[in-house]
Amino acid sequence: MGSVSGHDAVSSSPKPHACKRTDLREQYRQYTGRKVLFFLVLILAIALLAGVAVTLGSAEINIMDVYSSLLARFFPGYFHSTAFADMIIWDLRLHRILMGIVAGMGLGMAGAVMQGILKNSLASPFTLGISSAASFGAALAIILGAGVVAGSWLVIGNAFVFALLSAFAVYGLAKYKGISSETMILAGIAIMYLFSALTSLLQYAGKSEQVHEVVFWMMGSLGRSSWETVGMVITILVLCLPYLIIKSWDLNALGAGDETAQSLGVNVERTRVIYMMLASFITASIICFTGTIGFIDLVSPHITRMAIGGDHRFLLPGSALVGALLLLGADTLARTVLAPVILPVGIMTSFIGVPFFVYLFLRRRRMFW
Amino acid sequence: MVNITIKGLKFGYNGSNILDDLDLEIEDSEVLGLVGPNGSGKTTMIKCIDRILKPRGSILLEGKKMETMSRIEIARRLGYVPQSGPAPLATTVFDTVLLGRRPHMGWQVSPSDLHKVTEVLDRLHLGEFALKDFCELSGGQKQKVLIARALCQEPSVLLLDEPTSNLDMRHQLEVLEIITTLVKEKRISVVMALHDLNLAARFADKLAILKNGKIYAAGDPADLLTARNIREVYGVEAMVMDILGRPYIVPIRSLQD
Repeated sequence: MGSVSGHDAVSSSPKPHACKRTDLREQYRQYTGRKVLFFLVLILAIALLAGVAVTLGSAEINIMDVYSSLLARFFPGYFHSTAFADMIIWDLRLHRILMGIVAGMGLGMAGAVMQGILKNSLASPFTLGISSAASFGAALAIILGAGVVAGSWLVIGNAFVFALLSAFAVYGLAKYKGISSETMILAGIAIMYLFSALTSLLQYAGKSEQVHEVVFWMMGSLGRSSWETVGMVITILVLCLPYLIIKSWDLNALGAGDETAQSLGVNVERTRVIYMMLASFITASIICFTGTIGFIDLVSPHITRMAIGGDHRFLLPGSALVGALLLLGADTLARTVLAPVILPVGIMTSFIGVPFFVYLFLRRRRMFW
Repeated sequence: MVNITIKGLKFGYNGSNILDDLDLEIEDSEVLGLVGPNGSGKTTMIKCIDRILKPRGSILLEGKKMETMSRIEIARRLGYVPQSGPAPLATTVFDTVLLGRRPHMGWQVSPSDLHKVTEVLDRLHLGEFALKDFCELSGGQKQKVLIARALCQEPSVLLLDEPTSNLDMRHQLEVLEIITTLVKEKRISVVMALHDLNLAARFADKLAILKNGKIYAAGDPADLLTARNIREVYGVEAMVMDILGRPYIVPIRSLQD
């Protein structure tokens, strides 16, 4: 920072030009500071909401019990908890809440990545047919009992494998015509319709309780989470995150057009394929456990862009945090609004996301952002 | 010093040649104007020089074969300004121009990168728009921002495709004056495609006239811009006047063949 302060000192001379220059850099620093503030507010909100969410449910537990139980696990000598609170918190509620956070993060970020590489703000991993392929995989397991792995992982394994298959199919089709945002979107739409037709066919042939199970799977739920699945999602996020964030300048360059990106030194096709595969992988490994949870991936990047702009270095982590907050909020409402009935979270994401989204949308002066 | 040497440059799709056997040299501190009718290959030639398209033949950049250079090596030396670009979602002018530093920087933006961006923005009088959204600018302002981005790249060769097509008279002169000043100051080369022959005559040190993917003629603008050449290349009857030592073209009518 030495060179900057040196320049600042020079700029205090009466030359108007130098003054303006320092101004601009100061403005830019403030602009970056606002983005960091946005992150801090989100992290705080997620932590608070998570704490409150643990207390909600049929068993009465207050927020002090929650924090005692959490701290007692890490500092057993200093904090004390009851076996009952421990059981409710650790075995029943906490993994579900963590799943909401990490699944929201993954979906939000995957959405931002897809909108970036497809240069289309209506895109999401689901545009590439990932959700309909995963649904087909799940339906295949539920209705025909056929799948890639047996036992309790049948539905999960099937959903995961078919979600990835759709990503490869889109890649293959687009590759044939040349990888561009248009070819990928068109190929994705084709794949999406193919798999939803196949799912409908299975449902048509299935028994009514099987069809009910498929429909329930497709609404998405965090109720099937466990510490094991949370751990797997976290592992996958930790593996994919560094690449996504380190290479985010390349995503910014893609936004300026393929040719410009190329002339700025970006390997356009490779960047697009790697990003697409990582976003698909993240999405597949989340929705195979939760079922299809829509809306988060589409709307988190929009909310983030409206708040802090489109620079992917900040947009990706920002979308992850917004996604986490949205999904956790939606699940908390889904558990409480009609308690003791627990609604599928896929329904709630839209119910809480849409009003917020419409508010932001109407508040904007411009037609788009 | 010769910055770029083009030998036997060919490019085409499925057998048909868009560019056919071009030879050209561009020196430092020189502005080369590419002129010629629509579809004569000006844009294709610029994209070939930047290796956005992969031509046959050889291009030497500062004596080095370009096909052996990595994408990032090329990006550090060549700046490309397209005619227009898609508007990135929610991106400020500052961030758009900062993108030009990408070939030189890592993830983190250094104070010197910020300094470079503010310098270029000031130079092009874009400072007041710095934190505005790129989408909100007028067509002419957008074009200036794209030029600013390429200048931030600090290239030794600047490739401009119709840099003045969206600009009004005053901004055309302003942008071309800034570019020609930079060329002498930083000893860089500029290759720019231009439709306006009078601007080309005024700002280019050398012209290359393209016709059907071939170089029809190359050399001093005053020698090349004759009524005969304009008739041959454009099919336009024109009067060429001498104004302040430069040819000035007044088109009269298009000729039917």
